[in-house]
Amino acid sequence: MSIRGKACIAGIYEHPTRKADGLSLAQIHAEVARGALADAGLSKDDVDGYFCAGDAPGLGPMNMVEYLNLKPRHVDSTDTGGSSYVLAVGHAAAAIALGKCSVALITLAGRPRAAGQSQVRPAPGATADAPFEAPFNPVIATMYGAAANRHMHEFGTTSEQLAWIKVAASHHAQHNPHAMLRNVVTVEDVLNSPMVADPLHRLDCCVISDGGGAIVLVAPEVARSLKRPVVSIRGAGEAIKHSAGGRIDLTYSGAVWSGPRAFEEAGVRPSDIQYASIYDSFTITVLMTLEDLGFCAKGQGGRFVADGNLISGHGKLPFNTDGGGLCNNHPGNRGGMTKVLEAVRQLRGEAHPAVQVPNCALALAHGTGGSLGTRHGSATVILERQ
Amino acid sequence: MSQTPAPSANPEIQPYFEALRDGKLLIKACTQCRQPHFYPRAGCPFCFSDTTEWLESRGTGTIYAYSVLQAAKDLPVLAYVTLDEGPTLMTSIVDSPPSALSNGAAVRLVVRPGADGALAPMFTLI
Repeated sequence: MSIRGKACIAGIYEHPTRKADGLSLAQIHAEVARGALADAGLSKDDVDGYFCAGDAPGLGPMNMVEYLNLKPRHVDSTDTGGSSYVLAVGHAAAAIALGKCSVALITLAGRPRAAGQSQVRPAPGATADAPFEAPFNPVIATMYGAAANRHMHEFGTTSEQLAWIKVAASHHAQHNPHAMLRNVVTVEDVLNSPMVADPLHRLDCCVISDGGGAIVLVAPEVARSLKRPVVSIRGAGEAIKHSAGGRIDLTYSGAVWSGPRAFEEAGVRPSDIQYASIYDSFTITVLMTLEDLGFCAKGQGGRFVADGNLISGHGKLPFNTDGGGLCNNHPGNRGGMTKVLEAVRQLRGEAHPAVQVPNCALALAHGTGGSLGTRHGSATVILERQ
Repeated sequence: MSQTPAPSANPEIQPYFEALRDGKLLIKACTQCRQPHFYPRAGCPFCFSDTTEWLESRGTGTIYAYSVLQAAKDLPVLAYVTLDEGPTLMTSIVDSPPSALSNGAAVRLVVRPGADGALAPMFTLI
């Protein structure tokens, strides 16, 4: 059984705030839910499936279901970090395909800036791995820095090549009035920005922002009854990559598994994809993911992203045309939601005209949540305009 | 902030911490498939047998990857070291200037208190 063509994205909403002073976490969840339902032309009482992740305040989905006063017959609060919302699209599509629900709502909200929290993630609970990692103070930047260090060592990837990813994102962000960083930057700007965790510079790192977003998925017959372009889920794949008993290889991500699963279900190839939203916690995340998804051969990511190949209207693979996590936002340190939202805008023809891919009919969104240096969730979805 | 219990409170890994007090690094090997693994578990993560035994590492290996946090250059460098026995582990490089580090460089074990206060296996350039 496949989810191909069995569910559609009918509504999306991205919260405009980037610093949510005066808004509670639950309130942001509600505002994005309201926005996505309005976009779809549906009401709260149409929702019979609710999907959230670890950012939702409370015990799994229960407290938010109560706050929103929903009455779902299907819930899922699988947390794979920032990839959760891409993963949730696949799970919601599966639930709809099985008839477990017909209108699925996915919400994300975060307010680390308003709460005065740093980018350092809170320590996990009593996990088996913690005693073997906590002594070494593994902050996110150094773990991704180590992954970049090894990729450079094995494949000759350069800082200039990584910088091109930020350059492309900045070209797109200049057209997004909500983006935190709207200035177009050059390769030299990236290389001249302060080193954070070598070889990653400050401009190799994503922004920290508040905000959120929501997605409404529906059964195809519901989608066709709504006055919105129909965006169908064509394939989805997921995976968890981890330290594998000490057989650590930092040069690839879980996308090597989630990508082929999504492509197989969709019945398409990477060369068919017209637009890609790629999780961009750091530039190295994008470069590695593009290789792992098969957009280029392993080790060739540096050459692939160079010279503006990711810039819409210029290169072969337009990516993150909202500016992505590198320039636009990264709500609650969880960037998977916004990856799906911009892919839907592209398929609807609702991206900014300066970055809209002409006749965009097939798009991919990918999330990487957790750490490339320890364990991460990986989720890939392939979306199609009907 | 962390809810992680004191290492000694976890019987599954208590010998690991006792060995660190003697300056030794213990890893685990499966009694069935013989493959070594890290971090240590009571059961084998490869063949899924439920019997593993402690194995003292020679304490030598090579740097697999590393990254220097520029805002904290005086702190130990985050690194991954591949032990001569096979497994790669997250660790810190100490007593070696960051500029002297390179992938593949030979290192040896030194036991130091980690950021969480517990003794931890760190490495220094040979």
